[in-house]
Amino acid sequence: MTNQVFRRKRNQTSINQQSEIVFMLIKRKQFIQLGSLATASLFVPRYMKAFEAPRMVPPGNKVLVVLQLSGGNDGLNTVIPVRNDIYYSSRPKLGIRKEDALLLTEEVGLNPALTGFKDLYEDGSLGILNSVGYPNPDRSHFRSMDIWQTASNSNEYLNNGWLGRYLDAQCSGCDKPVQALEIDDILSLSLKGEKMNGIAMRDPKRLYNTSHEKYFKDVLAQHTNEPREQTVDYLYKTMADTLSSADYIFAQSKLHPTTAQYPATGLGQSLKTIASLIFSDIDTKVYYVSLGSFDTHVGQEGQQKRLFTEMNDAIKAFVADLKTNNRFSDTLLMTFSEFGRRVTQNASAGTDHGTANNMFFVSGGLQQKGLLNAMPNLADLQDGDLKHSIDFKDVYATVLHKWLKSDDEKILGKKSSYLNFV
Amino acid sequence: MSVSNQQKNLHLLWRAGFGPSNADLASVEKRTPESLYKEMFTASGKTPAYIDVADKGLRDMLTDMEGNQSMQKQQLSADQKRELRIKSRDGLKELNLAWLGQMINSPQQLREKMSLFWHGHFATRTINIIYQQQLLDIIRSNALGNFGDLLVAVSKSASMINFLNNNQNRKGHPNENFAREVMELFTLGRGNYTENDVKESARAFTGWGVSFDGQFTFRERQHDTDRKTFLGKTGNFNGDDILKIILEQKQTARFITQKVYRYFVNADADAGTIDWLATRFYQHNYNIEALMTDIFTSDWFYAEKNIGTRIKSPVELIAGIRRMLPMQLDNEASQLLLQRLLGQVLFYPPNVAGWPGGKNWIDSSTLMMRLRIPQLMYAGDVFKMKPKDDDDQMMGMKDRDDADDNTIPPAGKKNSGRAGQQIMATINWTNYLKQYEPIPKENLLASISKMILQTKTGISADTLKNYVDANSRESFIKTATIQLMSTPEYQLC
Repeated sequence: MTNQVFRRKRNQTSINQQSEIVFMLIKRKQFIQLGSLATASLFVPRYMKAFEAPRMVPPGNKVLVVLQLSGGNDGLNTVIPVRNDIYYSSRPKLGIRKEDALLLTEEVGLNPALTGFKDLYEDGSLGILNSVGYPNPDRSHFRSMDIWQTASNSNEYLNNGWLGRYLDAQCSGCDKPVQALEIDDILSLSLKGEKMNGIAMRDPKRLYNTSHEKYFKDVLAQHTNEPREQTVDYLYKTMADTLSSADYIFAQSKLHPTTAQYPATGLGQSLKTIASLIFSDIDTKVYYVSLGSFDTHVGQEGQQKRLFTEMNDAIKAFVADLKTNNRFSDTLLMTFSEFGRRVTQNASAGTDHGTANNMFFVSGGLQQKGLLNAMPNLADLQDGDLKHSIDFKDVYATVLHKWLKSDDEKILGKKSSYLNFV
Repeated sequence: MSVSNQQKNLHLLWRAGFGPSNADLASVEKRTPESLYKEMFTASGKTPAYIDVADKGLRDMLTDMEGNQSMQKQQLSADQKRELRIKSRDGLKELNLAWLGQMINSPQQLREKMSLFWHGHFATRTINIIYQQQLLDIIRSNALGNFGDLLVAVSKSASMINFLNNNQNRKGHPNENFAREVMELFTLGRGNYTENDVKESARAFTGWGVSFDGQFTFRERQHDTDRKTFLGKTGNFNGDDILKIILEQKQTARFITQKVYRYFVNADADAGTIDWLATRFYQHNYNIEALMTDIFTSDWFYAEKNIGTRIKSPVELIAGIRRMLPMQLDNEASQLLLQRLLGQVLFYPPNVAGWPGGKNWIDSSTLMMRLRIPQLMYAGDVFKMKPKDDDDQMMGMKDRDDADDNTIPPAGKKNSGRAGQQIMATINWTNYLKQYEPIPKENLLASISKMILQTKTGISADTLKNYVDANSRESFIKTATIQLMSTPEYQLC
């Protein structure tokens, strides 16, 4: 260590020159629509390879948007069994009356705040899957969220998420982990793979600004690989990926920024960022965003209404934008929550942690629409909670296999039965 | 390449503790690692003081004047339950900061480091401050003692019994949660017991419960007194018998030793060394102190391949900076925000398996945040980062962490509110600067670098010189130190 503390950089090309080359490549790419830049890549340092050969997104490229409803959304007050006596007797105070619900059928209504979802239903762009869960459900937020994010069994602990493993499978050997992006400051376990991690960012400009510090770029440029220092190299690789992806994502976000109006809410702005990236040439397949907290132990009605209004208005704007730009049939938005809530209301005008829950699928490319299966059976409960009839891992498998065309068996570590909504 | 005494000492200080304090720096060049370890070992000898931060009203609610249980949970009113939750949550924050303070300031570095290891090993989450400070005390008191004693005390703690549902483990209605995890995660490891062993031992643990105020109780009527067959033995076993049989297995010593080795020495396990250590650990009847001494006094611990290869956990990183650069924080709670942003909040492990560690700490967001922390502390830069909500922590209530942390009082400035956050730190540089006094100017950068970085690669002087303030010797040392801490290399120890 002593005599090697200060290494001289071998490559005397300055970082500025390198960035110029890189930006030339990007500009050039927009005209020539990609092609092999193999010759040009000789001039690009290894860590800048993220810029190399950015493929144009082919038409029909499928995009998945996962919306996590954190805290355990109350599914029974989301998709309401408006003619079920058990529902109303279990929830004398919280039950949503039939005349207030947005009726989909004679039996089923939506929460009054979800007006846009009712339109999507009429439009054939909404799928509702009831009773999704897993065996031996866990009622702790963090544990159940882990199970959903890692796609593990309830007695198994995994350190990586299902979309992170998708990234591992999809992106092996690729330098640019932008295939899965989370709109957040912190990366969820869902997007952490064994080898690859997705990238989390609130908005492309901010990511660019925070990582654009010249010091970090210079530190990166002076580093040379050291075979005895694999962990150091791993950190430099992550840093390089982040810095180059930050530049790349920011450049992409400016290509075709959406001009549509979005609500000035957290989710509204996140979906606006996602839309701008979907309209760009970026090769991102998966976007991940969260909304919460749906943990409505107390005063559920107001809290759920507030969150649903945010979700409803944001998704309405998003769908309209996607339609205008002809990307709605290639985009699938899916919601989930770590669990549903107790059938019976509690004493504080709220509900406690439950089990199985419903999921929404929003897309112009659904193969099956509307209510995809039966409403939950409130007469057949386990310890006061709904029983699941569909394992969420089958939903993941369906999306991975049919929508993202990837190897679900490898990613989930087991064979699943596919559903037919896509 | 030979490893210098300074490197060995810094290695020991980082691995057996939370890095060098600036008081250590003056002597790390001269002394031997043997004498340093001896000093650390002696300093950690005393049983540490109980950290008691629980609100007094809360304790009164649970216990009467004689210290007996005064209330059953069912007796609490809704308001009292709410009070319990809120005060527990606030208490856990205080406990977090109090313990972090020990990691930074206590001379018992080896003990606190070992405690952090056990805190991740016996990972629990319970929103009850009294249970959590009790478990922390069990861990800190036994951290260097006998592993068997530690295992039994943890297994009978309110925190563990509640977390792994042994209160619900009754004769005829077994709950196998604890029985499974005690073998899988705490002692034997997967593949060293059968499903039948889980079932049988769960029956033996029936009746183990805790009272509402956190005392272990054996509920005889709920205990299954019938015969059980466990790991090849048959008898009318109770929970204590099961733990004894588990400790009789040499595999338990091997499993713990392997985990200790991977945490303190190298994530790449060396089978031969682990076997040697495990055999001695078992022969010494699970004496943790002896195991750690075996490690820290061996030659191989100081081998080049073991130095500078471990990714510091977020708590180690924060404590390490603060030991090297003593500082006053205007708002200590900003350290909770850092823990959340970096992915390690004390008392909130991700699951019963604890923090996975290593490369799992690193993704694009956490790495960039780590690189910016020294700047945030030095220059008070504003940053806009919001941690994810934790529903277990917040229980549907508005996240008060945000409110707290957003109003970190920026000294002399108007609060920027939601626009961003600051860590207002006043670093006391005096001691740190002093130890560089004898160093001639041309060697200064190399000398600072050797103190800050444990890795074989460093940052080139050509690069650094563009980012240090050479106006005065003092500002040179300060900025070089901060810049060296803002590197990938500094994430390793």
